[in-house]
Amino acid sequence: MTLAELAQRALAEGISLGRLAVILESEETGIPLDEIVARVRDMVRVMKSSVSEGLGRVEASMPVRPGVLERARRSRSGLSGGDAAKVAGRIASGRNLPGNFLLAKSVAYALAVSEVNAAMGKIVAAPTAGSCGVIPGTFLALAEVSGAGEEDLVDALSAAGLIGQVIGERVGLSGAQAGCQAECGSAAAMAAAGLVQLAGGSPEDCIHAAAFALKGLMGLVCDPVAGLVEVPCVKRNATSAAVALASAEMALSGVRSRIPPDEVISAMAQVGKMIPPALRETSQGGLAVTPTGLRVSREMANRSSVCMHPMPKRPGNIEYTTLTQIRPHFDDPHR
Amino acid sequence: MRLLDVLGPVMIGPSSSHTAGAARLGNIARILLGEPPVQARIILHGSFAATYRGHGTDLALVAGLLGFAPDDERIRDSFAWAAREGLEFSIETGDLGDVHPNTARIELTSRSGKRLSVVGSSVGGGKVEITEISGLPVSLTGEKNTIVAMYPDRPGVVAGITSILAKVGVNIATMRVARSGRGKTAVCVIEVDQDIPEEVVQEVRQLPTIENVIVVRAQ
Repeated sequence: MTLAELAQRALAEGISLGRLAVILESEETGIPLDEIVARVRDMVRVMKSSVSEGLGRVEASMPVRPGVLERARRSRSGLSGGDAAKVAGRIASGRNLPGNFLLAKSVAYALAVSEVNAAMGKIVAAPTAGSCGVIPGTFLALAEVSGAGEEDLVDALSAAGLIGQVIGERVGLSGAQAGCQAECGSAAAMAAAGLVQLAGGSPEDCIHAAAFALKGLMGLVCDPVAGLVEVPCVKRNATSAAVALASAEMALSGVRSRIPPDEVISAMAQVGKMIPPALRETSQGGLAVTPTGLRVSREMANRSSVCMHPMPKRPGNIEYTTLTQIRPHFDDPHR
Repeated sequence: MRLLDVLGPVMIGPSSSHTAGAARLGNIARILLGEPPVQARIILHGSFAATYRGHGTDLALVAGLLGFAPDDERIRDSFAWAAREGLEFSIETGDLGDVHPNTARIELTSRSGKRLSVVGSSVGGGKVEITEISGLPVSLTGEKNTIVAMYPDRPGVVAGITSILAKVGVNIATMRVARSGRGKTAVCVIEVDQDIPEEVVQEVRQLPTIENVIVVRAQ
């Protein structure tokens, strides 16, 4: 399945890439069309609630459940949280860069969803948890400005998914396989295609938008500090959202990728294989091994645990336990 | 790769492998025990051991043991829920040998004293594989409806189970049998294409020598 073939088929049948994605999924799995659409719709709704939750601190009109403020503030490691609220607060007071409303909103929303993810809130992996902010960030910011409705968002998310399927089959969608270009890069490509569709572009426009985003983020490494989905992941979601918007703008203007989109994906796959393992989610290179990155990593490892009830003579290292009394069978060395 | 693999799962963050997969592992362990656990010993291996605090792997595993799904917002507070539900647990780190980096060993006891140990790995994107049940090698992903039967090794038991499935038109996708030794405990894991009716479970339970039958439903 190539992007060119998919765009051609959508054009020939007079349907959107999103509708084509749903039809193909139904053909392949036997799941009825309506059921697939309903599942994608559920994901759009979760995306909306992730954004609201991430902005919990500033949107006073929103009903706030207990724990939400805390969650919006900090992740369990303490490495992330609260930045979406900063950007959103600045937009609310009209101090964002002049004329930069859509981008600023996208950034705030992408940060919000990524922070909710880091703080153990509910998100949609799109395509992964580490890159979960890009699509809702850009889609929901655009919908707010353009007035696009829920069904438009469902169709756009389906189109984004189709782009992700092609990348997933030919490159993979994990940082361990191909670096962050496969996570935030793929998310930006998916978002760019979906944004184009939301704005009324053609299937051809969509795949070129995806190509621009992949080219913009090609070679991006995966180097998480302390192995956690926080630094730099949260902010990379925000910057990837900006790449998606720039890519959509070009494609909608009729700009075409000199390298055909399918060849761009092939190049991405080749680059992914050339990225050394140290920069593929192993935390052995890049930002993870900066002096600060290493210090954070050591602090995380040394952090004292909750609820200490050390159990003696164990094969493993006891982290903590809530067992009030150790039953005999727990003393069997594990086989 | 399917559309609904690329989009989703809907999950509690931050990591599909270290959080969502961990919850699923705990959940399957609970299902395999067949009763709510009151004690759990959890041993984390490899990347699970190295990063579980930041990823909430411990919270997610305990949540799974309480029966919470990977998208249940109670995961974050699962230790408090465990106290409320009467589940005592310990979290340890250790070397489980030549296994996937994201692997946990879970030892469970139910209120009635039933015990079970499970080794399982989170293999990416929230997908999991149970590789060991009470010391016996198995392969159980929970992606298809699965029947797990435990019994003393004896000729004809597997034939008995498969003929019951055949009778109701349930098609077997994969099947694996393992035993600790000739005539000793055996486990049979059968993945099927259709739903598994409750009558089938009852009928398998009536087979001579069957000690336990569990159905793990696909999610």
